[in-house]
Amino acid sequence: MRYLPLSDADRSAMLQTIGAATVDDLFKDVPANALLSEPIAELPPHASELSVERQLGALARKNLAAGEAPFFLGCGAYKHHIPASVDHIIQRGEFLTAYTPYQPEIAQGTLQVLFEFQTQVARLFGCEVANASMYDGSTAMWEAIVMGHRITRRNKTIISSGVHPHYVSVATTMAKFTEDRLETSQPELRAETDAEKLIATIDGETSAVVVQYPDILGRITDLTPIAEAAHANGAILIAVVTEPVALGLIKSPGEMGADIVVGEGQSIGVGLQFGGPYVGLFATREKFVRQMPGRLAGETVDAEGKRGFVLTLSTREQHIRREKATSNICTNSGLCALAFSVHMSLLGGKGLRQLAQLNHARACEAADRLSAIPGVKLINDSFFNEFTIELPVEARPVVRDLAEKGILGGVSLGRLYPDAKALQKGLVIAVTETVTDEDIAALEAGLKEMCQ
Amino acid sequence: MTVNPSGWRPSTPANEQGEAQTVTGNRALMLEEPLLFEIGSAEQTGVDFPEFKPNAGRLGGLNRNREIGLAGLSEPEAVRHYTRLSRQNYAIDLGLFPLGSCTMKHNPRLNEKVARMPGFADIHPLQPTDTVQGAFEVIDLVGRWLTTLTGMPAVAMSPKAGAHGELCGLLCIRAALEARGDKREVVLVPESAHGTNPATAAFAGYRVENIPANKAGRVDLEALKARLGPDVAAVMITNPNTCGLFEPDMKAISDAVHAVGALVYCDGANFNAIVGKVRPGDLGVDAMHINLHKTFSTPHGGGGPGAGPVVLSAALAPFAPLPFVEKQGDRFVLVEEETAGEHHSKSFGRMVAFHGQMGMFTRAASYMLSHGSDGLRRVAEDAVLNANYILRSLEDVLDAPFGKSGPCMHEALFSDRGFGEGLSTIDVAKALIDEGFHPMTMYFPLVVHGAMLVEPTETESKASLDQFIFALRSIAGRAKSGDPALKAAPVYAPRRRLDETLAARKPVLVYKDPEPAQAAE
Repeated sequence: MRYLPLSDADRSAMLQTIGAATVDDLFKDVPANALLSEPIAELPPHASELSVERQLGALARKNLAAGEAPFFLGCGAYKHHIPASVDHIIQRGEFLTAYTPYQPEIAQGTLQVLFEFQTQVARLFGCEVANASMYDGSTAMWEAIVMGHRITRRNKTIISSGVHPHYVSVATTMAKFTEDRLETSQPELRAETDAEKLIATIDGETSAVVVQYPDILGRITDLTPIAEAAHANGAILIAVVTEPVALGLIKSPGEMGADIVVGEGQSIGVGLQFGGPYVGLFATREKFVRQMPGRLAGETVDAEGKRGFVLTLSTREQHIRREKATSNICTNSGLCALAFSVHMSLLGGKGLRQLAQLNHARACEAADRLSAIPGVKLINDSFFNEFTIELPVEARPVVRDLAEKGILGGVSLGRLYPDAKALQKGLVIAVTETVTDEDIAALEAGLKEMCQ
Repeated sequence: MTVNPSGWRPSTPANEQGEAQTVTGNRALMLEEPLLFEIGSAEQTGVDFPEFKPNAGRLGGLNRNREIGLAGLSEPEAVRHYTRLSRQNYAIDLGLFPLGSCTMKHNPRLNEKVARMPGFADIHPLQPTDTVQGAFEVIDLVGRWLTTLTGMPAVAMSPKAGAHGELCGLLCIRAALEARGDKREVVLVPESAHGTNPATAAFAGYRVENIPANKAGRVDLEALKARLGPDVAAVMITNPNTCGLFEPDMKAISDAVHAVGALVYCDGANFNAIVGKVRPGDLGVDAMHINLHKTFSTPHGGGGPGAGPVVLSAALAPFAPLPFVEKQGDRFVLVEEETAGEHHSKSFGRMVAFHGQMGMFTRAASYMLSHGSDGLRRVAEDAVLNANYILRSLEDVLDAPFGKSGPCMHEALFSDRGFGEGLSTIDVAKALIDEGFHPMTMYFPLVVHGAMLVEPTETESKASLDQFIFALRSIAGRAKSGDPALKAAPVYAPRRRLDETLAARKPVLVYKDPEPAQAAE
């Protein structure tokens, strides 16, 4: 067995040192009736590398990969080109096979990367500080809601109808088990967001308002008046960003007054991977840092006065505070944070802006062409690289039929909101730099045919 | 003399050991590396884009006008920056990484290759289900291995990490209790438990009470029984426990817990010791998370991402979170909010946006198929053999508080008893760094003074263990004789001991550009 270095001679010599006759003597604390005497029969025996690669390769080929089709899906996960050097760097064993940097003297690589990552996220979001990452965007949003609860000592949170329904679903699930009250609603198929309604709903009991930017339909709304209304009532504004590339072109939530900004970092450096692992982004104001969940890397000096980095403010965390911790989280999404950071450093401010402009230009082009199809209507006045169209027919079967033609043609709102009758004709289309003219033409032709 | 870009001034010709310093701060292959923001610029980029016609924009008038302050690097600069940083990390690929409770085993590269197959790496979580049948099959495959290995009827695959799996298990328990109209308030946790256990119980809305360990390092069954009652929702047990010992009374504990209507959560962090040898389902466990990044070799990645599927007993299975994959005939379907219908209507809800850590499922599948049923058994046996070899090769020079309790499982526990004046576990750990090893887990579990928890895993050769034992015996001798030089260790690492107090007192969590070029927004 290729992963096990001990030889039978080693095993005998070691047993002798230990003073045991057999390996099973070492399992003597296990009650005899619970110790299995044979390999479990229902599972196959060990297999060669070649054989495993064949078995799993066969399963991989049953899937239609995004790169093999005209591809227009978004809604929380986006296909972007990832520079080759990103994957090279995250496969370096010193990053891939290291652990949490609890011994900072021999983990400066990971720690400096996390410090740089925190800086990138904070600047991208327009916030003062960011943490070393969370599991993903959806869990980061829930953590932001309970952090808001700790800050304001109130427990009512208003979630905008434009927030990703799966994110809302996570929050709704968790809120059943805590003292938090959530006000949620479903979006309407129109150009205006629910900003005005949110502002009217905020009251003195409100802990936080949660707004996605751009929202689930791709609409972009000014967060400034919502932040002002929240602050006037002693509440905070939580902004959720599922497509961070957008922030190369549109104002950051931080500069519009958001107090906590969370997001999904997958778009930058991390592949689609069927939904995970991804990387949750979490940023806030400096004054709230001790209420923040998750790991933090901080700068310090060593015994010779050299600059170095350590994990810090761990008195917030579970391994010190146990049941009084700010969260039970015991990890970050380290390798995905590294991928994000490498990709972001390859882009830099200039590259991010160019990437964002290219995405927006492609999306505008696609929006114009698709909305010119008779019976198809563009919902958005504003969008970045994702917009919603209304079809003359239900969108869900259309998406399935398109897939049969080898076109991955977007996310139907029926998939996300199966019970919402008014949304069934909605189709959300994401257009990134990976979409070609031919891809748009293929989708256009497919939709034309199906919308007749 | 200028300040080195990495932030320190090589002003003295020699350090306290009398070694010559270099003007660059570099030491041959050990290269200092400045921060990205000190070497990059907002105008530099390592990515080329095709020509395109920028448009007026339909951004709702919210164009970002201020500089973002993101430093860019060309590709050669970026590759060098991260390669230099990588070399300041210790890693399994470099040597023994005996962190107790962390199971730092070799990460097979086949796993990485499989995870990068386009059919796995390049599929979107919301694709039509007909286009991702192979992905569902992998989820189902890993799930079946986990349920078979643990002897449990069901599994929830979506939790993102071990602590998230704990939360999943406790929420299942809470949902099950509430479904029978039984609102209980307390979760009992042994004092030797991982910090995530009490934190998770609190996150799930429970009050936490500790239960003591007995002198042999095990859960005190009598104390537990005395505390059990109608207010107890669950007991969280780690088995094998954090002292590296199997809980021989596990079945009796489960029976006692069930007798008062409560449920048993088992922390599966230490499953590597028993995989293929013991099925927790045979011991009365109701829920147990499995850290795929421990037992099933998915990479730790410098602290994540993990993956924490949770196996569930029949009592808890109906409450498992959405979404999950179910086989119907020869097809796999995704059970979500809308499709949960009659037979899944008790689900407690959704924990994450999508399907969990698919990129870890593919790696774990590769590991499981490679080892097979026979190989996984051998994994547990070799892991336990290696740990006992370390225990017995060191117990004459290091105090092993439970050495007399019998064999350990996959990890050996020592204490700092007998160390010279002023010396503690941390000094031994830092001396190990100088000898070229990653230290063991320090000061955990809390029930042992100055704990040192050593988990070698099965992927270490005897030669590697002998080298570690040789080094640790020498350091233990120095600790007992009170060698003050230990306080200065490490001397040969990229950094000497770092000032953690300073970091916490005046937190610097992001880079700030030097005045006056204030670029941050």
